[in-house]
Amino acid sequence: MKTLTRWFSRNLIRIYMVLGFTYLFIPVAYTFVFSFNDYIKSNLVWRGFTFNNWKNPCGVLDVCPALGNSMKIGLLATFIATILGTLIAFALGRYAFKGRAVTNTLIFLPMASPELVLGASLLTIFLNLGMNLGFWTIVIAHVMFCISFVVVTVKARIASLDPRLEQAAMDLYADERETFRRVTFPLVAPGIAGAALLAFSLSFDDFIITNFNSGTTITFPLYVYTHAERGLPAQANVIGSAMFFLALLIVVAGQIVGKKVKVGK
Amino acid sequence: MAAVVRTSGAATSELKKKSLVPYFLLAPGLIWLALFFVAPIITLVSTATKTPGVGIGEFVQTYRWANYLDAITGSAAQFSRSFLYATIATLLALAIAYPLAYGIAFKSGKYKNILLVLVVAPFFCSFILRTIAWKQILGQNGPLFRLLLDLHIVSDTTHLTASAPAVIIGLAYNFLPFMTLPLYGSLERIDPRVLEASGDLYANAFTTFRKVTVPLSMPGVVAGTLLTFIPATGDYVNAEILGNPSTKMIGNVINAQFLNTQDYPLAASLSFILMIIISVLVMIYIRKAGTEELV
Repeated sequence: MKTLTRWFSRNLIRIYMVLGFTYLFIPVAYTFVFSFNDYIKSNLVWRGFTFNNWKNPCGVLDVCPALGNSMKIGLLATFIATILGTLIAFALGRYAFKGRAVTNTLIFLPMASPELVLGASLLTIFLNLGMNLGFWTIVIAHVMFCISFVVVTVKARIASLDPRLEQAAMDLYADERETFRRVTFPLVAPGIAGAALLAFSLSFDDFIITNFNSGTTITFPLYVYTHAERGLPAQANVIGSAMFFLALLIVVAGQIVGKKVKVGK
Repeated sequence: MAAVVRTSGAATSELKKKSLVPYFLLAPGLIWLALFFVAPIITLVSTATKTPGVGIGEFVQTYRWANYLDAITGSAAQFSRSFLYATIATLLALAIAYPLAYGIAFKSGKYKNILLVLVVAPFFCSFILRTIAWKQILGQNGPLFRLLLDLHIVSDTTHLTASAPAVIIGLAYNFLPFMTLPLYGSLERIDPRVLEASGDLYANAFTTFRKVTVPLSMPGVVAGTLLTFIPATGDYVNAEILGNPSTKMIGNVINAQFLNTQDYPLAASLSFILMIIISVLVMIYIRKAGTEELV
């Protein structure tokens, strides 16, 4: 008994971690398992195992166009937000200028506002301007809420750089531009990649802001939400699971490449 | 708010002083935020005091400040419920995330990076899909309910879904990665020598944790709780999917007013009130917690 208690107290954190990760992954596992369900109409009750949903992920009306929209919006919003956010991060991390406090506040506020308020206020301005809601209003909204997260991520990376590396480059007669191109930027690049991945995942998964500004355009989260009432096809589970594994693959591959690059140097 | 977000990192003296370069770098992003964040909020505020006009769906500016009063008295229950649920969900998420982040930071050795990726990984399996999964797992046909039924913990008449606890569990679940990552960030930065020093000074493990680890992880606690509390307060998806009519949060009301009833002034005043209450709470909280590093 005593050894058991000791084992418990020694491994308490590990036990807790297992429980925590179980909680995190229960719905993911459920989604994955039910992507193999031989369902009829609604994917609520387990009826038997099949590969059909995976063989034919676009077999249900609208699901693949919705996925396509999410991908296009996600890539476009990520591209714009990463550029705009990285520029701001460099300004904040590398220059002294007037208006720093205002800039910081403007970056912080969108992150501190509930999505509902962001989505609703954008909708009011789009309505007032008489803009047609759809693909582009979603892109505009996604860029807006992704910028702050990009700034924070890239800025953290810039702040963690050893300033002596840049000084060393300058000592070796690199001019400012060359130092930036050959030293600073490559060192910050992993942070920018991380920020882009974060921005894409925020955009791809966003529901609340998108729902306000989508008009008749359907993204993947909107598809899932509107079909949940009538019964969701297992194809949605297939796409959710596939995205999950794809993201894991990208991150793991990125880590391996990152290590190789480091070793290579 | 300006004092709150003041950067405390690099000393200004080390930064380059060039008159125009930083403004060129800032301009595109800040213009985007001015057009699509600041201007919309201003429009929202101006919509909040409008009243219905002649045409259907038309509203005219009459500066009717009483709209705010109507909004808050009409939805007081949903407001207080939102803050209650969000507070409980935040505490729950903190209780789950702290040991998780602690374990990843101090006890996971070479698996650290993999575990960190696993914390964020559920994000990629759509948030709505996962919430629906919870509904089905907790539902009467779901595996968890069946198990509890076999163990005689619940009876046929018990409902795990369509209840306040289900909404709170869903909220805590959804924002768990937002809680875990900042906690990990601040725990990971703790110098292990500081913890050793505490042990050398005859503090036992628990005292070291309470007097050294916890205070040093406070920036992470503050950031994590904010990143959970703010979106949880404004959320309506969990209440919609996992709740029942008596668990409606303020998000459900605002959403319905905007998208179904289309009473834009009411919806706008509700949104603005929500934003103000959250900002005030956040400022008080940051003051109390004494942290300045947020951005």
